[in-house]
Amino acid sequence: MKLSGADIIIESLTKEGIEVMFGYPGGVVIPIFHSLYNAPFKFILARHEQGAIHAADGYARASGKPGVVLATSGPGATNLVTGIATANMDSIPLVIFTGQVSRSMIGNDAFQEADITGITRPITKHNYLIQDIDELAKTIKEAFYIASTGRPGPVLIDVPVDISKGETTFHYPEKVQIRGYKPVYEGHPGQIKKACELIASSKNPVVYAGGGVILSNASKELRAFVKKTGIPITMTLLGLGSFPGTDPLSLGMLGMHGTYYANHAVNESDLLIAVGARFDDRVTGDISKFIPKAKVIHIDIDPASVSKNVEVDIPIVGDCKNVLTEMTKIVKAPDIAEWIDHLNKMKEDYPLTYNNNTDAIKPQYVIEKIYELTKGKAIICTEVGQNQMWAAQFYKYTEPRTFISSGGLGTMGFGFPAAIGAQLAKPDKRVIDIAGDGSIQMNIQEMIVAVEHKLPIIVAILNNGYLGMVRQWQQLFFEKRYSHTSLAFSPDFKKLAEAYGAVGITIEKKEDVEIAIKKALSINDKPIVLDFHVEKEENVYPMVPSGKSVKDTIMRELA
Amino acid sequence: MRHVISVSVENKAGVLARVAGLFSARGYNIDSLTVNETEQHNVSIITIVVKGDDKIIEQVKKQLNKLIDVIKITDHADFKSIQRELVLIKVNIAPSKRAEVFQLAQMFKAEIVDMSQKSMTLSVDSDPETIDNLIELLRPYGIKELIRSGRISMLKG
Repeated sequence: MKLSGADIIIESLTKEGIEVMFGYPGGVVIPIFHSLYNAPFKFILARHEQGAIHAADGYARASGKPGVVLATSGPGATNLVTGIATANMDSIPLVIFTGQVSRSMIGNDAFQEADITGITRPITKHNYLIQDIDELAKTIKEAFYIASTGRPGPVLIDVPVDISKGETTFHYPEKVQIRGYKPVYEGHPGQIKKACELIASSKNPVVYAGGGVILSNASKELRAFVKKTGIPITMTLLGLGSFPGTDPLSLGMLGMHGTYYANHAVNESDLLIAVGARFDDRVTGDISKFIPKAKVIHIDIDPASVSKNVEVDIPIVGDCKNVLTEMTKIVKAPDIAEWIDHLNKMKEDYPLTYNNNTDAIKPQYVIEKIYELTKGKAIICTEVGQNQMWAAQFYKYTEPRTFISSGGLGTMGFGFPAAIGAQLAKPDKRVIDIAGDGSIQMNIQEMIVAVEHKLPIIVAILNNGYLGMVRQWQQLFFEKRYSHTSLAFSPDFKKLAEAYGAVGITIEKKEDVEIAIKKALSINDKPIVLDFHVEKEENVYPMVPSGKSVKDTIMRELA
Repeated sequence: MRHVISVSVENKAGVLARVAGLFSARGYNIDSLTVNETEQHNVSIITIVVKGDDKIIEQVKKQLNKLIDVIKITDHADFKSIQRELVLIKVNIAPSKRAEVFQLAQMFKAEIVDMSQKSMTLSVDSDPETIDNLIELLRPYGIKELIRSGRISMLKG
C-alpha cells in the first residue's frame, strides 16, 4: 500500500510511541497537518514556534522521553533556533521536523525558504535534509535513535514539501545501524577498580553530580553509591534533584552562585568524583585555581567532555547508571569522619542567608514559602537570572526531573513554555514557573495555550522592575550605571493574565504572600499568575565573580 | 606542531560542511583540507592539516569523533605515512634565466605543462616538504601564480 510522505511521518511517530507533539502550521507543512488531523497522538498548538520547542524541551526534561516539534519553513524554522541551541547545550533529546520548499526550488531564494540544515548544523546533535522519499522512514528511526542515545541532543529533519506530497510504500525499519556512532555504555572494569581504590584511600573526597545523572536516570544508583561511601555530594544547576537536597550529605549547589560550603569543600578536596558533569565555567571559575589539591575521577558518556577543561586522573567513559552500579558493588567507604565534621561546621557558620527583617517582600522569602506550601513536591521551572538562582538555592529538590531550567544557554523566556510541556508530561504534579518581570514577557503569548488546555501552572513573577541579574553586575562591577536594565515600564501582569483567561493576583504586602500561594494551589483548571512586587535591588549571594576563584567569593552586600 | 588527520566519513551531502564548521566554530587553525573518494563508493576521506599543541589536537579528534557521519579518525603523526601533494607553479622566464629554471625543473622531476614568451608553468607531485623546497628555490625568479592541491596521506604497510 502506498502512503504519502506526510502519512509516513505520522505512521513513523506512531510506531515510536509518541504521545504528544508541539508545533505551528505554515504553507509547506499543510500536507503534514492534513495527515495529522486524525493522528492517534495529541498535538499542542503553540502561539510562536519558540514556545513550541521550549514546551517540547520541558516535556522531555520532565518525562525522559524525546520531545517532538513540527514547524514550517523559513521564519517558522528560524524561530526554532534559540530552542534548538537551548536543548543542545543541556543535551535534551528532541526530534524536530521542519517543512522545506520543494527540492527543485531549494537554493533559489524561494518564498519562505531558509537553509535550516546549514543554520542549525553547529547546534544540533545531527540533522538531515530528506532528498528521497524512500529514505524518510529510515531517517526518522535514525533521528529518534540518535536523539535519545549516548549523550542525548536535538536532531532536525528538514522535509521538502514535494516529499510530503509524494508517495511510496511504507516500511518502518526494525533496527538502526550507524557505523560512525557507537556510544560506550559500560565503563572499563580496570578503570572502575582503580577509581574505587583511590576512593577508599581518600581523606577529603567530594562527589560532583551533574545533569548527566538525570539524563541517565541514575538517581537511584547515585544515592546507593553515596550511601555506601558516605561521601559528601554537591550538585550543578542541572544536577539538582539527582540527590535529595534535604539529605545531611548534600552540600547544595556549587559554582558562581553556589553555597559557600560546596565551593570550599571542592576547593579543599583531595579527590573529586565527577559524575555526569562537564566542568562548566560557571562551576570552575578560574580554572588554574579550581581544584588545587584534588585528583579527579570523571564518569561521563561523552569522551570529548573528559579532560576538556580539567586534567582527569581516572577517566571512565560510560553511562552513569552502569558505572555507578559497578562501582557501588566493589567500593569500600573511606575513613572521613573528620572531613564530615569540618564540612558540617562550615554549613553552620556559612549558611545561605538573606535579610528578612524588612517590610519589603524578599524574593528569597517567596521561594521559601513556595517550598513550604508545596512540601517540596512541585516541579519547578525557571526563567533565567536572579529568579533562576534563588529558585536553585532556596527550594530543596529531592527527586530528579523536578527542576527544569535552561542552564547551558541561559535562555530567558524558556521557563513558561517549558512549564506547559512539563505539566503535560506530569498531569498529576503541581508545576510552578519562577519568573522575572523581564523573562515572563518573552513568551507571554503561550499563556493562552495553558488556558486552552486547562493547565494549572502557577507563574510566580519576582517582579523587581529590573533586568535583575544584569543590574546586579552593573551595581557590583559597573559603577551602578543601570544602563537600560530598568523595566519600570511593564504591563499590569494581573490584567494581562485576565485578558488571557487566566487568574491574576498582585501581591504587594508580605502578609499576602502565603495567602496568594495557597489560593493559587487551590485552583486546578487554569493557569495562575502571581505578580509579587519584591525588593527592587536585592542581590544573589554568595557570588564568585566570573573568571575568579573561591577566595574571591562575595558573601554579602559590602556597605 | 602540525598534525595530519585523516578522517573517513560517510559520502553524503553536508558532511564536509559539518567537519569544516566544527573547525571554524572552535577556532582551530586549518592549514589545508582535501576531500576525496576512496575504494568504497559510500566512504570519503577528508585529509586535514591542522596546527596546535597536543591538548588541542586531542580535543579536535574527540570532537570529530562525536560527529555521526565520521567513521574513523587516524592521526598520521602517530604512524609512518606516505604524503603527497600536487602543485602548479607559473614562473617568470627572462631569457637569461631560462636555462637555470629548466635545470631546477629537471632536478625536481617537474613536468612543463605550459610555456609562453614570458613564463613557464611547472607541475610537480611530491611530498609536501619537497614542494616547499622547490617553491623557495623558484622564488628569486619571480613566481607569477601558484596553486597547491592540498595534502593527501596514506599509512604505510
